Amino acid sequence: MDLASVWFFLWGLLWAVYFATGGFDLGAGMLLPFLGKSEEDKAVIANAVGPLWDGNEVWLLTAGGVTFAAFPTVYAVMFSALYLPLMLILFGLIIRGVAFEFRGKKDSPGWKRTWDACLFVGSLLPALLLGVAFANLFASVPIDGGGIFHGTILTLLTPYGLLGGLLFVVLFLLHGSFWLSLRSEGELRDRAFKTGKLLWPVALFAAACFLLLSYFSTDLFARYFAHPVLLLVPLAAVAALLMVRVYLKKESPGMAWAFSGLTIVLCTFFGVIGMYPNLIASSLSPDFSLNVTNGSSSPLTLLIMLGVAAVFVPLVIAYQAWAYKIFFHPVQKDDMHY
Amino acid sequence: MNALLLSRMQFAVATLFHFLFVPLTLGLSILVAVMETQYVRTRDPEYLAMAKFWGKIFLINFVVGVVTGITLEFQFGTNWSRYSHFVGDVFGSLLAIEATAAFFLESTLIGVWAFGWKKLSPKAHMVCIWLVAGASSLSAVWILIANAFMQHPVGYVIRNGRAELADFLAVVTQKFAILEILHTIPSGWVVSAFFVMGISAWHLLRKNKVSFFTRSFKMGLVMGLVASLFVFAEGHFQAADLAEKQPAKLAAMDAHWETEARAPIYLFTWPDQDNQKNALEFIRLPGLLSLMAFHDVNATVRGLRDFPREEQPPVWVVNLTFKLMVFLGVWFILITLWAVLRRNKLTESPLLLKSFLYSIPLPYVACALGWIMAEMGRQPWIVYGLMKTSDAVSPVPAVHVGITTVGFLILYGLLGAVGFSLMATTAKQGPQE
Repeated sequence: MDLASVWFFLWGLLWAVYFATGGFDLGAGMLLPFLGKSEEDKAVIANAVGPLWDGNEVWLLTAGGVTFAAFPTVYAVMFSALYLPLMLILFGLIIRGVAFEFRGKKDSPGWKRTWDACLFVGSLLPALLLGVAFANLFASVPIDGGGIFHGTILTLLTPYGLLGGLLFVVLFLLHGSFWLSLRSEGELRDRAFKTGKLLWPVALFAAACFLLLSYFSTDLFARYFAHPVLLLVPLAAVAALLMVRVYLKKESPGMAWAFSGLTIVLCTFFGVIGMYPNLIASSLSPDFSLNVTNGSSSPLTLLIMLGVAAVFVPLVIAYQAWAYKIFFHPVQKDDMHY
Repeated sequence: MNALLLSRMQFAVATLFHFLFVPLTLGLSILVAVMETQYVRTRDPEYLAMAKFWGKIFLINFVVGVVTGITLEFQFGTNWSRYSHFVGDVFGSLLAIEATAAFFLESTLIGVWAFGWKKLSPKAHMVCIWLVAGASSLSAVWILIANAFMQHPVGYVIRNGRAELADFLAVVTQKFAILEILHTIPSGWVVSAFFVMGISAWHLLRKNKVSFFTRSFKMGLVMGLVASLFVFAEGHFQAADLAEKQPAKLAAMDAHWETEARAPIYLFTWPDQDNQKNALEFIRLPGLLSLMAFHDVNATVRGLRDFPREEQPPVWVVNLTFKLMVFLGVWFILITLWAVLRRNKLTESPLLLKSFLYSIPLPYVACALGWIMAEMGRQPWIVYGLMKTSDAVSPVPAVHVGITTVGFLILYGLLGAVGFSLMATTAKQGPQE
């Protein structure tokens, strides 16, 4: 495999890891108004993701940075074509990030309600729009030979795009509910776990619809039918989601959380593998599509970046695993910062 | 207004706002780390209380810095896609390395630090804040290397219609970057030192927790003295380097129009770019510009008229921001020296304390002036000598840029108001427990 193709899959992996890590903190943010019946519950929910959301968000930054570094033309076209959705994602991430830190700083109910609303909206927008954006990338986007986007934000809201957004929201909610139940005790833990149970069939249904609609709305399956062994990836995604059900039955939120994360990674990879070698397929003409050949950086840059990734990504995983281990149990009174 | 102007406004708002929070992160992290280290060494609970109190303010500042930084990474793609396409091969990798090698560490360990007081041993907890401090400076290093490439591109070849990386080491070790790093990071220490001294002064004026805030003030004073002297001296070498690398910027900084030997500096100037001369100039210091730029009073310094009108930066902006920044730099040195003289009589020096209180915003202003000067002084280029800013903007409708710019203004305005008022409230409350 050539260097640009290696980077294509690393690029997919970075996004997938962001969805699997940032996914549960976005999910928790969306769940806060519904699961937090009392002020104590809400504080526990905020503190449950408090130590980790910032580190998780760097996966998004790295995924964006790698798009820029390894596929600069793709970065340029993707981010300007998806201008408004991307800005809405940024606005969402901004208000939810500060909401975590700010909500506990004053005791007035109005103050807390405001920031809880920011947490909800600021978590929902990125989850939904990232889903819409990636579904559109899995399908195709009306870009011309100069990389100019011929459409409006409504162009992206196709049934397939909307389903992608919905799937992301549901999967993140599921993922978030398990994280909250493993980081809480008593009624809150039960409520979170029950929510996971209720969400699971919805997630399964959404995932099945997405696979089905992918067949009609995209060319993703062309690659799979050419290399049937690759079909193991979507099958594994479904298997991972079924494993979630197994651990739901065993009342084990930790393992259910691990498998919901794996489901998200595999769902992302289902699309990424199907896209290869395109990063942005043009719906106007295949000649305008950006792929690993015409969209990538020079071999020198790709090689240096590969060296950097080979050294630092394992290190990052090691210290993030350590950080997760520290906080992998119910939130206690004296380790609340918010 | 067109997309170009709006995009420039949006970028200016986004960077200047982000850089209200970065400098304090760079310096206060070090001060908090020193406080916690003192606690681990001496077990004096006052040091622990200091680390917790300043740490609490640090975290409010940190989170606003984080969320506004994310915007910037994506701005290049959203608003400057032609630029991104042209230099992504070099510039993109620097941003990606920043995230991978520095920002990950900073963001992961800040969570462990904030939530891990009871979960880690005091020593391990202290190591976390040192790593946060180190990683935030390292983050700044990579971003500044990327900016230095825009100011003075090296280590690239033009191939396939874009700038491609030819020599990575040349990019990351170039003198322009090193000088920029040595100026910018210590300027964050000046901000932080004045922040800590100013808040401590507020409490000392009220005779609040005198021992606690005297200690804090003195820690700030050490950092403030060293950093303000260093930034000032270092700034000289940076300006001298411009004589060779960005002569138009240097000429604009001093509103110097005519190429001449024994070039003077005027203490006060009011440039008139339309007529390519100064409308007003006072207090001529002959030969000083030649001396500063080339370390030789007889050296010839290129004037602005040497450059075609369309390749001159907006002179009055560059000139004014530069002069104000230098005046402020002098003030930082004078006031810290004054504090050194009164260091053992702080509570008996209300005028000094008040001066420090009101000086809290000044280093922030100096940082903003410095960035405006550096970036406006590079105009009309986005990458000096290689690409014009007007050729760099994304092909997006102006109305989209306009809407989002208004969005940023409102959002950042609210965020700044809330963030700074929370920092002020926390600061006024003083140490808890």
